[in-house]
Amino acid sequence: MFSNTARIALKTRPLFAQRFYATGAGNALLFVEHKDGVIGGATLNALTAARKVGQVTALVAGDAPEAIAKEVAKYAGVSKVITATDAAYAKGLPEDVAPLLVEVQKKYGFTHLFAGHTALGKNVFPRAAALLDVAAVSDITAVEADDTFVRPIYAGNAIATVKSNDQVKVVTVRGTAFEAAEASNDASSVAVEAAPAAEKPSLTQWLGEEIQKSDRPDLGTAKRVISGGRGMKNGENFKLLYDLADKIGAAVGASRAAVDAGFVDNSLQVGQTGKIVAPELYIAVGISGAIQHLAGMKDSKTIVAINKDADAPIFQVADYGLVEDLFKAVPELTEKINA
Amino acid sequence: MSNPLRIFVPVKRVIDFAVKVRVNAAKTDVDRNVKHSMNPFDEIAVEEAVRIKEKSPKTEVVAISCGSAKAQETLRTALAMGADRAVHVEVKDDATLQPLAVAKLLKAYADKEANPDLWILGKQAIDDDSNQTGQMLAGLLNWPQTTFASKVEIENQSLKVTREIDGGLETVSTKLPAVITTDLRLNEPRYASLPNIMKAKKKPLIKITPEELGIDITPRIQTLKVEEPAKREGGRKVESVDELLDKLKNEAKVL
Repeated sequence: MFSNTARIALKTRPLFAQRFYATGAGNALLFVEHKDGVIGGATLNALTAARKVGQVTALVAGDAPEAIAKEVAKYAGVSKVITATDAAYAKGLPEDVAPLLVEVQKKYGFTHLFAGHTALGKNVFPRAAALLDVAAVSDITAVEADDTFVRPIYAGNAIATVKSNDQVKVVTVRGTAFEAAEASNDASSVAVEAAPAAEKPSLTQWLGEEIQKSDRPDLGTAKRVISGGRGMKNGENFKLLYDLADKIGAAVGASRAAVDAGFVDNSLQVGQTGKIVAPELYIAVGISGAIQHLAGMKDSKTIVAINKDADAPIFQVADYGLVEDLFKAVPELTEKINA
Repeated sequence: MSNPLRIFVPVKRVIDFAVKVRVNAAKTDVDRNVKHSMNPFDEIAVEEAVRIKEKSPKTEVVAISCGSAKAQETLRTALAMGADRAVHVEVKDDATLQPLAVAKLLKAYADKEANPDLWILGKQAIDDDSNQTGQMLAGLLNWPQTTFASKVEIENQSLKVTREIDGGLETVSTKLPAVITTDLRLNEPRYASLPNIMKAKKKPLIKITPEELGIDITPRIQTLKVEEPAKREGGRKVESVDELLDKLKNEAKVL
């Protein structure tokens, strides 16, 4: 019953924000994050946030931005697309992308710059803000007015409402706090313009990357997430979670303890210093529930905890807690879940 | 490393990571009358600088903190970990000091003295969770930034950094001077030993003000209110896997 109330409260939140907000006088720039020909990095969620302040122009930078430009033009609320074509933009290096944002801002005079609060957005946007001599507002979870935003502080243990007194608001958006925008525009009616030339100091060289390959859904946007903690005891035991995850189409995450112990890769970490997730279902297995971890998952709609320690703090936030040895409970759950 | 390096490490005094923060009665801020310590990411930054110094002993490590008088405790901690000297940029109110102002203060101090070869900062402070200062400083300096570093290799004037990105790791290279921000995996910070804490008391610590640096630290962002997050109605226990499955299917309807 309780969990139902909580769930309804969560579901009505976006509506609430929409009803009380939309002056539409602003003119926002949306920085489009993309990789391997796909728009990502909470860009579509940031678009929903940007639409609350007014019309939105999308900026696509890359060595060949045309296909992504065409794609982003399909999203409702995008009234113009600016493309910046240069090999220097291919890897999103902030030393080159930040001056581009400055030139684009100079030419068009936007009221807001929006991006997702992702590794890329966090890297580029504060640098651009400093070049524009304005403050940056990180990781917003709501837009209250053109100049007023809501953001969590102290690992989500306090929620601040802040007002920016700068002419230009440079904002990064917590993806899980906004619905992803949906495609509905006729892309051919959206104007596409080339960005003004910007300085490309090329101060940094990109050498390479190691991306964790997985067939499971992306942790940041998955509807279901199963995470393991120190209680998993070792990396091999994570197979128990992978089996369950594959059965219900979930992504697999981990606590900092599990990452630090080397059980799984860093990129799976959920928490203040890792990924922030808010899936429909979050199953925490062998995770005690430190403040740091809760900061990354406590906005999940339904939380399940499986832990043999009945006093673990995770049970205080769990809608359903099962006090049992995970090595018995998880295989049983995997076995019975189709039945 | 052929030439001796000068490394500046900004450190911040924050509410200790283990304290459960509470919003104050006036809903303007959190209650700050609690245990404070060095921001955990800054400990990692100091540790990395000290490790570079251990490999190349002529390296000079300067710890800098912008904050109220109590920031000196944090600077003494950095000195005890191995920093050579400390600079305290004294401001009246920690709560109104924002990343852009800090970045400007840091740059102004470096301009006044002599620019370092390397800045190492924590990737974010665990109080405001902004994750901005390092990037802003690099922007103001027009220097390369290698943020969220989990591995740092310096050879002569070259810097190679492995960065934590969404989905995995990325490696970039650049030349000094540069700005690095530290991620958790970069290293395991040392504890200051008692003899080192005693020695740190004798190391130089100078004080300077924003006025002397000619920097306006007026906040650009105004905090209208601070609230407790929505409480979760958790705490229900189930007896068995069967009951759990039943609840997930029929009550929460998430399976």
